[in-house]
Amino acid sequence: MRKSFATLLGAAALVALAGPANAQDTVKIGVILSLSGQFADAGVQMLNGVKTYMKEHGDTVAGKKIELIVKDDGGPAPDVAKRLAQELVVRDKVDILAGFTLTPNALAAADVSAEAKKFTVVMNAATSIIITKSPYLVRTSVTLPQVAETFGTWAAKKANVKKTYTMVTDYGPGHDFEGGFQRAFKEAGGEIVGQVRFPIANPDFSAFVQRAKDINPEAIMIFIPGGAQPAALGKAFAERGIDPNKTKILGSGETTSEQALKSMGDTSLGIITAWHYEYTSKTPKNVAFVKAYNDLNKRNPDFFSIGGYDGMHLIYETLKKTAGKTDGDSLIAAAKGMKWESPRGPMSIDSETRDVVQTIYIRKVEKVGGEPQNVAFDKVENVKDPARARNYK
Amino acid sequence: MAVTSPAIAGAHQYLDAQVRWRTIEIVFWLATLLPFVVTPDYLVLASQIAVTALFALSLDLILGYAGIVSLGHAAFFGFGAYTAGLISKWGWGEPLTGLLISGLAAGLLGYLMSFIISRFRHLALIMITLGFGLLLHELANSASGITGGADGLQGVKMWPLFGAFKFDLYGRTAYWYALIVLFLLFLVSRRLINSPFGLSLRGIRENAVRMRAIGAESRSHIRKIYTISAIIAGVAGAILTQTTETVSLGVLDFQRSADILVILILGGAGRLYGGLIGAIIYMIARDWFSGVNPQYWYFPIGVLLIGVVLFLPNGILGGLAQIVNSERGQRCTGWLTAPLPWRRRP
Repeated sequence: MRKSFATLLGAAALVALAGPANAQDTVKIGVILSLSGQFADAGVQMLNGVKTYMKEHGDTVAGKKIELIVKDDGGPAPDVAKRLAQELVVRDKVDILAGFTLTPNALAAADVSAEAKKFTVVMNAATSIIITKSPYLVRTSVTLPQVAETFGTWAAKKANVKKTYTMVTDYGPGHDFEGGFQRAFKEAGGEIVGQVRFPIANPDFSAFVQRAKDINPEAIMIFIPGGAQPAALGKAFAERGIDPNKTKILGSGETTSEQALKSMGDTSLGIITAWHYEYTSKTPKNVAFVKAYNDLNKRNPDFFSIGGYDGMHLIYETLKKTAGKTDGDSLIAAAKGMKWESPRGPMSIDSETRDVVQTIYIRKVEKVGGEPQNVAFDKVENVKDPARARNYK
Repeated sequence: MAVTSPAIAGAHQYLDAQVRWRTIEIVFWLATLLPFVVTPDYLVLASQIAVTALFALSLDLILGYAGIVSLGHAAFFGFGAYTAGLISKWGWGEPLTGLLISGLAAGLLGYLMSFIISRFRHLALIMITLGFGLLLHELANSASGITGGADGLQGVKMWPLFGAFKFDLYGRTAYWYALIVLFLLFLVSRRLINSPFGLSLRGIRENAVRMRAIGAESRSHIRKIYTISAIIAGVAGAILTQTTETVSLGVLDFQRSADILVILILGGAGRLYGGLIGAIIYMIARDWFSGVNPQYWYFPIGVLLIGVVLFLPNGILGGLAQIVNSERGQRCTGWLTAPLPWRRRP
């Protein structure tokens, strides 16, 4: 008895000694996501992406063990996000910050990233300016102008649309998308013949669609968040007799997400969207990713997942490059200019702006095996964030 | 007046007794200093608890003492927060004057609102305050040129406090700043509640019509306390802005109004310390549960709330008071028949 007690003490002492030694061989990553509230699904998908990458590639990199500390910011709450980031740095002594579902939260945490000199990977938040807030930030998702402006230019030049009507949801991302599209569309010689913004909680679109129909534009650009709205909008288009083959309907990838397509059904056919990722893409890399993702999480990935997945990839590769050094300066230097083949296609980190550079796909909703799907038919390669390139905002 | 009637003398004695500091109160305030020594890694959380406690205190003044139900108190919190943010953005980052201006701005808004508030009671108030809160939220969302809209206000930069204490990463300055303001405003509230004015507020809570019948006009009292409450809520919002250097639409959110109501009921409405205790327990529970399971932490929080409401209908402090009373030999009415806070005689 006495002996076993002594052994126990000895073991405890060993563990206590091993503790700090172990800490040097771990890389702690503080992940701040919106895992509860309105944006919970986005946060969950990002986390699923992160976990899928770690499942595929193991949790050891450059001889160090990766440890995730996941925190929930509960929706748009920069005060909470900033506190969590501070606590992760001060209390949990993390080496890297990551995650960030929403823009205001990313902006707040960026202050901490700059002050504490922590390498920070933005895995979703899509507003252009975030990246300027700290010299240690990189982004692996997408920026809204990247999609909107590319799409505007494409519509005017490639699709030869001259007159467009724009309809967006009256909230931040809606305004940004509208601004980016209109700007690029006009610069490429197009004309905006009218525009409307509808409230976030809008159950019926008939009046708005009728107004668009009365103007008779060549194309209608839409931007709406997911949920019940795409179905309602699709219904309104069908009821008012707008044929996507005659009047082009242009949107962002969120408008025709997997869930949205399910709820819209056949009314979605013919809608043209621009986006950076689609889970139905048939590249070998993506097929393998979707399979691994389904095995682990029992559902299909979306663009939130790919942001988390590629974010983890970037962290792993930079750690390899610095041979396990975790200070902000080494990691950010390693991340700049990094190129890789992602399930979404080729992508890289801009060596000047630290923002994501990637291919934007132009897709049309078609029936594949009886189900409406986004089918890419055109693409614009190596798209940088046009807003940063121009330094507006 | 040299000669006072026994009834008035009794009331004065009662008030004097209330004003006296009890040992437990002194212990409580000394304990608020503990985080500096015991948990120096938790000071940022502690500062946000202090802000929440101050906000809960402001709601307690109107809900717990004057019986004014509000589901939109975040309007004043948010108004103060945005005012503080805008002052700083427009080039004046001095925290104390910013705090003062933000409090006054929220107070002015509260004063204007109080003319409507003082005309209604109960259900109508819930609707009006809820609508007012939503209106202000939408206004801030639409005026994105001023407020930054959904992305939040950018460019908030605070100067160091007294020119010497920077708002640091560890939250040291943030906590003692928030704590001192909380303590000062708590003193003000304590004095206010234990004054004849505070007593007449409680009269209004019990029966507004009867107060009028005995010659005490209730509307002007309600206007006063509502304005004071708005000032305190605005100051709480301003501290949050200044210590985090961020403001977003979240400060005006309905969720914030609902949360603070829950916190107050959890701690015990109509007791000065109710909001403070509620804020401490709710925020720590939230932090702890969400650390254990970041995805489903609302579940244990829900269980906690249901438990408190079922077994301690007067909040945690109300429950404690009941236990203490029954220990002293007074009859305990049990949780089923426990009186509502505004039925409880002092």
